[in-house]
Amino acid sequence: MDTPRAQSGLPTSSLILDINGIAQTVEVHPWTTLLDLLRSELELTGTKKGCDHGQCGACTVLIDGERINSCLKLAVTLDGAEITTIEGLGTPGDMHPLQRAFVEHDAFQCGYCTPGQICSAVGLINEGHAQGRDEIRELMSGNLCRCGAYTNIADAIEEVLSAQAGTPQREAAE
Amino acid sequence: MKPFSYTRAESVRDAVAALMANPQAQLLAGGTNLIDLIKYDVAEPEAVIDINRLPLKEIVELPDGGLRIGALVSNSAVAYDPRVKQHFPLLSSAILAGASPQLRNAATTGGNLLQRTRCYYFYDPASPCNKRDPGSGCPAIGGLNRIHAILGASDACIAVHPSDMCVALAALDATVEVEGPDGAREIGFADFHRLPGDGPDRDNTLRRGEIVTGVRLEANHFAGHHTYLKLRDRLSYAFALVSVAAAVQVADGRFVEVRVALGGVAHKPWRDPLAEAEFAGAPAGEETFIRLADRLLAGAEGRGHNDFKIPLAHRAIVRALRQAVSGHPQDQTVKAIQ
Repeated sequence: MDTPRAQSGLPTSSLILDINGIAQTVEVHPWTTLLDLLRSELELTGTKKGCDHGQCGACTVLIDGERINSCLKLAVTLDGAEITTIEGLGTPGDMHPLQRAFVEHDAFQCGYCTPGQICSAVGLINEGHAQGRDEIRELMSGNLCRCGAYTNIADAIEEVLSAQAGTPQREAAE
Repeated sequence: MKPFSYTRAESVRDAVAALMANPQAQLLAGGTNLIDLIKYDVAEPEAVIDINRLPLKEIVELPDGGLRIGALVSNSAVAYDPRVKQHFPLLSSAILAGASPQLRNAATTGGNLLQRTRCYYFYDPASPCNKRDPGSGCPAIGGLNRIHAILGASDACIAVHPSDMCVALAALDATVEVEGPDGAREIGFADFHRLPGDGPDRDNTLRRGEIVTGVRLEANHFAGHHTYLKLRDRLSYAFALVSVAAAVQVADGRFVEVRVALGGVAHKPWRDPLAEAEFAGAPAGEETFIRLADRLLAGAEGRGHNDFKIPLAHRAIVRALRQAVSGHPQDQTVKAIQ
């Protein structure tokens, strides 16, 4: 992504980003998105490029704990920010509760939207505005799944949300 | 994206100076619209001025019971702010009807006002478009125009403004605060966005070098009597085909005041205060709702594919007034329309 323009002679900026708990200094062109920085420069390819226009949610990551579309964020604007990607949430041996719930509930088919779905679900739980299934579905509407695994995705998130709230979902919704 | 230079403004004055120094410069806030437009080569700034670190991130209570929302407060922060939810629930509801949680976390108040149309031809640099390339023509007229305007359009442009938030701000008679090379000034919400006329390249009445610094809301008497009803092709994460922000004050079964702003139908959030004024004192019932909808849509004109918007808007206005009068605003989580 950067190769042709890296030769354009336009200046780069040096930033410090905390990525998955590790402070890193990176050099970026002004037009490098966070998504391209993560995937092409830092080789954190867990974050996916779907539409690249903020219409699908596959590129969702957390900036300072808030979920955003990384395809619409210029990296250069983020100096000093904390970025969390799917790689920072868990590992195969020590999965995040949402990762475990997605596996248990078969909440995917092809898996391409899954990192974005999980980062988005982490953001949703952090935000604290969802109590029940209807709210989960509405507040996950920024993540499309073309395989149509929505029912199982909602099941997985509902289970983790209920466990964290410490109460069954139906009571919590009342 | 085509290359551009990047600077970070340290003050509003800095940002204004940078805009004045380079006519090809653009301000960057949340970026959810501008970055997308740059990717499509619709926006081609030479210089991007990052205003994200300016001190415009507060929501402040005003002595009269109103609120001042800084231009950089995110759409999410406005929608979930307890003071907004309590005193301006119509605004909160309209914001939550738009975009997605990720986009609302990034998008700002000022940026929402300044977002560009979603007209397919505007977004396609291979097409002529009077908004993108003045004088080149409007292929939406006589072309694919299902999402286009039914009110206030011109022979030059039939695009619509895409915002939900702005429809609520229009109904609430908000004031836009701006700062430019000649200092600060205020613009009434109705005067902020423009109809296309013969200059559709200009979406609003900002002067060169001006930057939106905030939006001010005055206390109102609408209490629970409001609604934001949005109709679209899918239930979430889609732009409005037609939306209605209604806010009413009723006493003894009659309208004391009725305000109706429409989205998805014009180049700006559509309001007709003269028509609204005619209905003060009218019985707050079905017959009045129908007459008001007739009146608001009297000048509506379809362009072919969007003809359906006229009866859709009529029914939406009637339904929204029913919701507002009964005190049952549209739920933005469960989208069933009551």
